Amino acid sequence: MADTVYPRLIGARLRSQMSYRASFALDLATQALAQWVELVVILVLFSHVNALGGFSKEEVLLMYAFAGIAFGIADLFAGQLDNLPTYIRAGTFDVLLLRPLGTLPQIMVSDVRLRRIGRIAGALAVMVYALAQVSVVWTPAKVALAIATPLAGAVIFSAIWVVTCSVCFWIVEGREFANAFTYGSGAFTSYPVNVYSAPLRWVMAFIVPGAFVAYYPSLALLGKQDPLGLPGWVGWTSPLVAALAAGVAALVWRFAVRHYRGTGS
Amino acid sequence: MLAGMTANVVFGMLRVAILAAALEAADGEIADYDIAATNTYVWIGQGLLGFVLLWGTNELAERVRSGDVVVDLYRPWHLQSAMLAQDLGRGGFAFLTRLAPPMVFGVLLFPFQFPASSAQWPLFLVSAVLALVVSFACRFLVDASAFWLLDNRGLYGFWNVTSGLLCGLTVPVSFFPGWARDVLWLTPFPALMQAPIDVFLGHGDVTGVLLHQLFWAVALLGAGHLVLQRAVRKVVVQGG
Repeated sequence: MADTVYPRLIGARLRSQMSYRASFALDLATQALAQWVELVVILVLFSHVNALGGFSKEEVLLMYAFAGIAFGIADLFAGQLDNLPTYIRAGTFDVLLLRPLGTLPQIMVSDVRLRRIGRIAGALAVMVYALAQVSVVWTPAKVALAIATPLAGAVIFSAIWVVTCSVCFWIVEGREFANAFTYGSGAFTSYPVNVYSAPLRWVMAFIVPGAFVAYYPSLALLGKQDPLGLPGWVGWTSPLVAALAAGVAALVWRFAVRHYRGTGS
Repeated sequence: MLAGMTANVVFGMLRVAILAAALEAADGEIADYDIAATNTYVWIGQGLLGFVLLWGTNELAERVRSGDVVVDLYRPWHLQSAMLAQDLGRGGFAFLTRLAPPMVFGVLLFPFQFPASSAQWPLFLVSAVLALVVSFACRFLVDASAFWLLDNRGLYGFWNVTSGLLCGLTVPVSFFPGWARDVLWLTPFPALMQAPIDVFLGHGDVTGVLLHQLFWAVALLGAGHLVLQRAVRKVVVQGG
């Protein structure tokens, strides 16, 4: 049954958002603008320096673009988890439990924020520009890596969303805590991770696997040595890390939902 | 609240790291900002963010859309003044819970640049309150646009997306190229964030900065008053 329900639900969400065309177009433009505001920050910084953490402007832009696309796709599907505290507080999470479908997919399709496509498109444009500027020795494997990187990144970001939002089952007002890691990772991964201090890097790059969204794949594409000393093949492991993160996220979600108690009324 | 603090501190640390990396690549100083000034800039900014409430709620606009605004309008008060009073009260509480903690965090863990003279402390306070008033006035105008647009979420989103960059929250205004810097100081944006930080750090001319803030506070509150006067004539009460 699920294989026909979800496409229909997603279709309904998409149609409802497209029905106010002017409003939707403005939303798209605002989202693209949101992506480019971060671009302006990078350009302003590079008007004073030639390199950031040993990386040129185009190389940083490539990481920023990978992170932006991945974050946009993740936000499109997993961003709805930000509403989880409302479901839990109001007790409407019960409704999701009653239906013969998974709770997580139900939340994901509850509001597919189509306007995020603006953000994705904004980042995609920068990625094309950056890839044209940096010197990459293209091989079929590297083409595959360039395509797989934003997708693996999206899975990693979605997993971060699921895991951190699961906290809301215990701390109902935990949304901002989750945001520190979801939106925080979005900002963190846009820059080379070697610029951060060691404690911050351990948490946001390796425990939360932010370094595998853009940093290591970019190193592999550019054929650069990791200033942090990890070997070159690490850059090719992002899809594996993504699969692992998704598995952890699924387990955490199951565990968290089992601890859900209704509001009682 | 602790959750909010976590987000605030994590973002502060990210911003410090990126700006510090830029400083390192630029031999330690960019546009009057050395490492201590940069840390101070970031942690005051993280504190002011909650104090001036740069990204507020869209509450008035929602009330315009739902029609509840009628209740606000027929009360015997001046709606804008009442909301400003509410926001100042919120600011008083936020001063302790939102502005002070990130600054203390910055003082304890990072090199910090304290004001050179003790007169700068009260001036910083004045500047921060003016920033709050300007922020309120801007948010009120965005809210009030709902009287004409009904759905102002586009404008609200636009404000949320651009204000952080233009007011000097993400990078100091003085990092921008000269022409952009001059243009920005002609707008109210630096009055929201960069102005109190400049007063604290002793950058620029204090009197000029405070006058810039005062001018925009008065001008934007006045604009809000006029807009509300016109808007009231637009209100149509539907139904019983």
